[in-house]
Amino acid sequence: MVEWEVIRFSFFNLETLQEIWPMLWRGWLMTVQLCVAVVPLGFFAGTILATIYSLRIKSVNAALIVYVDFFRSVPPLVLLIYVTYGIPLLLGADIDAFVAVLFAFTLNSSSYFGEIVRAGIESIPKGQMEAARSTGLTTLQAMRYVILPQALKNVAPDLTSNTIELIKATSIASVVALPELLRMGRVAQGLVYNATPLIAVAVIYLIMLWPMVRLLSRLERRMMSSR
Amino acid sequence: MDVFLDEFFNAEVMLKYLPEIIDGFWVTLWLAFLVVVSGLTFGLGLALLRAYQNPVVNAAIILFVDLFRALPPLVIIIVGFFGLPFVGIRLSGFLISWLSLTCVLAAFTEEIYWAGITSVNKGQWEAARSTGLGFGGTLFFVVIPQAIRMTIPPLTNRTIAITKNTALASVVAVPEMLTVAQTSLAYAANTSPLTLAAAGYLLIFFPLTMLSRWIETRFAWKR
Repeated sequence: MVEWEVIRFSFFNLETLQEIWPMLWRGWLMTVQLCVAVVPLGFFAGTILATIYSLRIKSVNAALIVYVDFFRSVPPLVLLIYVTYGIPLLLGADIDAFVAVLFAFTLNSSSYFGEIVRAGIESIPKGQMEAARSTGLTTLQAMRYVILPQALKNVAPDLTSNTIELIKATSIASVVALPELLRMGRVAQGLVYNATPLIAVAVIYLIMLWPMVRLLSRLERRMMSSR
Repeated sequence: MDVFLDEFFNAEVMLKYLPEIIDGFWVTLWLAFLVVVSGLTFGLGLALLRAYQNPVVNAAIILFVDLFRALPPLVIIIVGFFGLPFVGIRLSGFLISWLSLTCVLAAFTEEIYWAGITSVNKGQWEAARSTGLGFGGTLFFVVIPQAIRMTIPPLTNRTIAITKNTALASVVAVPEMLTVAQTSLAYAANTSPLTLAAAGYLLIFFPLTMLSRWIETRFAWKR
């Protein structure tokens, strides 16, 4: 059996934690930057996709479905490595790792957000659009001021859930050496030869995401009972 | 355009590394299969256990579910592979990846099964029982058919999204498709092997994604 003292020393070592804390802090700041950039980007790109989809142009919609299913089928890590290795080779110049990560995640998350917003738009009765148009609003205005506010409210749990998934997915950027939280945890672990940095990283993710997971459960339950 | 083709779709490079990528493809498929089977079963087990309403057991299940829903899968895999050896537990990358993704899938699907079980109105039970159906009859002919309708679409979506994470096993040296592709990429100094791997993932997941799209329309409630 594993002894408690060994676990405390390797996993919950406060001295180690003190030593590597500045590194984790910098990593966390990078993770926050990444999330602040990628969540709105993915959401807006997805909303635009869903709006275009709602115009019901057959050939455009077929193309959109292929786009969405394509990026939902390729693992984000594959996409990320593809973008970070491929684009510099293609351009013959290095690109900023942050930009590459942003690009890959936008492709991936816009597909998921697009699907969710589309479901939201489809949950709004057609008569709403017709009524809004008859008051003199253009299609886009009707979308922006009448349909989308209701649609987004209807899919609020799914939007929350996808945001959580996206924040979790940013940890993948550690594989392409972007100095975010998990990456810094790995580097720190190599320096101190102790697992405490990894446990600290996990705890930081829990502090960030647990409240969101709880909120999501509440939202889901409220949606369920309002039906 | 030539640079593009040469860099991403180099036939010579692709042909050379194809056999290795195919080996990796089978590892990916095997890992994905194991995760789906064990994750879905474990999740169902947890949901059924929760139905007994034992407060201690339920608190433990909720804690487990929250934990594995909040932690990024890559963090779980890395803690398992690089952290556990410090306390003397050494498991292979394959085993760690399988166990981690199983727990993640179980956590998500437990919530879905549970939502399905609780979504069927109590009145349905009472009405079915009053027509003379027994407990088992009510469960199998009235409750489960409706619950399945609720759970199948989110279940397929979630299963696909989590099973795609088998690519994360490349970080802990499992010789799956992405690992092989990255090694080949380094040898060939060309991105084409990665194109092959992406094609391999599409081969597995594109049909499933389209299937889930079909299921969503097929199982949607008629409004």
